[in-house]
Amino acid sequence: MYKYNEFDEAFVRERVRQFRTQVERRIDGSLTEEEFRPLRLMNGLYLQLHAYMLRVAIPYGTLNPDQMRQLAMIAERWDRGYGHFTTRQNIQFNWPRLKDVPDILDALADVGMHAIQTSGNCVRNVTADHFAAAAADEIADPRPVAELLREWSTDHPEFQFLPRKFKIAITGSPNDRAVTRAHDIGLRMVRNEAGEPGFEVLVGGGLGRTPMLAQVIRDFLPKADLLPYIEAILGAYNLKGRRDNKYKARIKITVFENGLDAFKADVEERFARLRSQWTGADQEILAEIEAQFAPPAFRNAPVDAYEAFRAGNGVFRAWTDVNLHPHKVDGYAIVSISLKKHGATPGDATADQMRVMADLAERYGHGELRISHEQNVILPHVHKSDLPAVWAALREAELATANIGLVSDIIACPGMDYCALATARSIPIAQQIATRFEELKVEHEVGPLKIKISGCINACGHHHVGHIGILGLDRAGVENYQVTLGGDGTETAAIGEKMGPGFPAEEIVGAVERLVLGYLEVRRDAEETFLEAFRRLGPEPFKGFLYGTEETADAA
Amino acid sequence: MSRRFTPKVVSANHLIEGDAVWLTEDDRWTRDIAQAELIEDEAVAQLRLLFAKSQPAVVVGPDLVDAVKGADGGPVPTHFREAFRTHGPTNYLHGKRAEGLTPRGKIPGNETLSNV
Ligand code: SF4
Repeated sequence: MYKYNEFDEAFVRERVRQFRTQVERRIDGSLTEEEFRPLRLMNGLYLQLHAYMLRVAIPYGTLNPDQMRQLAMIAERWDRGYGHFTTRQNIQFNWPRLKDVPDILDALADVGMHAIQTSGNCVRNVTADHFAAAAADEIADPRPVAELLREWSTDHPEFQFLPRKFKIAITGSPNDRAVTRAHDIGLRMVRNEAGEPGFEVLVGGGLGRTPMLAQVIRDFLPKADLLPYIEAILGAYNLKGRRDNKYKARIKITVFENGLDAFKADVEERFARLRSQWTGADQEILAEIEAQFAPPAFRNAPVDAYEAFRAGNGVFRAWTDVNLHPHKVDGYAIVSISLKKHGATPGDATADQMRVMADLAERYGHGELRISHEQNVILPHVHKSDLPAVWAALREAELATANIGLVSDIIACPGMDYCALATARSIPIAQQIATRFEELKVEHEVGPLKIKISGCINACGHHHVGHIGILGLDRAGVENYQVTLGGDGTETAAIGEKMGPGFPAEEIVGAVERLVLGYLEVRRDAEETFLEAFRRLGPEPFKGFLYGTEETADAA
Repeated sequence: MSRRFTPKVVSANHLIEGDAVWLTEDDRWTRDIAQAELIEDEAVAQLRLLFAKSQPAVVVGPDLVDAVKGADGGPVPTHFREAFRTHGPTNYLHGKRAEGLTPRGKIPGNETLSNV
């Protein structure tokens, strides 16, 4: 796994040292909030409703056990004993005190972590498929490229003051688990007809107030051309992107207003100029990074004991049915640890749970952990013979909920329980939906269904790409929840369609229940998922379920 | 014609802890909105806000927030966002309630508390 080099280490330490003096000067009154705010944001420190919030990057969602233990230590020593994993593969601490933050940043630097570029109008934490280097369907590990992009974009002098924030996601698999089409730049690793590695480059995606899916700007970019091409895109955006209106400043609007063809022409022209300045040093660095991502020493062992245990234990079997994913190596599985116990806060893990997961990764998982944008934790490399032991340990830590990809595996942003920008709460809605479906005992029958909830139009909870999306709004001083249906964040991406009027908080759970139970009535067979049924039937019958208008339901 | 002035409190976040605080009549910052000064005159409100803004080393982002006089005489926020700031998050017993303070104002669907 990638380890900081001396340059990274010195850079991060220097930033912490600077921030420490900035905090001191803020506290003694020599810096005003106007002066200090951009400085704290550059270090991932926000001020929320009830406290400061520190957002720490987990580059491409990869953590080692020591890093996870350090997060647990920070949660206990300086926060309230837990952390919140986000849809951008970050972890947020909800209760740090200003004077402690420099110490927290030093503790992060001790394990090669930081909070740099988790805020501000720069290139944010580069996200990647959480099954990278493990998934059976993968072409190549996207993380070395993500690391190259991280190193290149960190403190890049030209791109610290872009018109707006900039998010890049990368996948090495044709099955898109990184929501690449909802990013400013999405990268998909592909091979051309000659078998050479490269990227399909997508540009101009984003959720928020004006959701748009990214479009292909280059269907095949040779691997070695990546950085100059990204530089060309950022250069074009830096100049053409609107700075007069915050709501029109993202690259999706730049591409939309200029048209993809004109934007592409600008990018290609810049790229032609820039390409020759890149003489290959970046490819040498990439080769060094790739060496650090060498696969672990997978072992060969019988799986009979696992199969026997599975056959004899229904609870374990249910867990293996939904929480495992095919691994590229025989005898191995990818384990998703659900942070969505029914009724719990999506994405939260206590310090004790973090340590349990770190220990399991060390003992059974070749020392690797991943954070998914769906707010779960992954053990990417577990030999099947170890699964009964892993599961037993997870159960003790209340981490063995068998619901990955099901109704209760809900993405929810912090919403008005924490976030200063929120217009309504998200967390309690997620808690109530999960609890309700636990009572109904139907989620395994319902099968794959993604519910995503945001507490405001900024859409951190990805509601636009939820099969069922829920957006919390403030309607005349009361929380109100608007439903979108048919969204999809994968390779068959779609923006959800807005249904009719929103629901007050007391009614939204019932509305979701009617939707899901209604789907069970109209699906062709048990194989047809909610999303497939929606695509086949269109919104009308689903509106009928939502609003309880019997005529519509009958017409379906 | 200007809109009728509705009563206000001066609210901010504490510089070190970041938690919600309110300005009292005797120029202190309190963590309990019940102790805050309810300002019923627009000119006074502006003066109090200026006073609050002169304390950048104590608080962050002072602002005027709508409130009404409660049954006990102390201010009660009118919007649910401000009610949340007197309450803390609803998913854990952290923040104001954990400090033993009584939330004021309407938190919609308060029965959703869990993991307390
Ligand atoms: S979607 Fe809105 S409420 Fe939710 S975390 Fe983002 S900004 Fe906050």
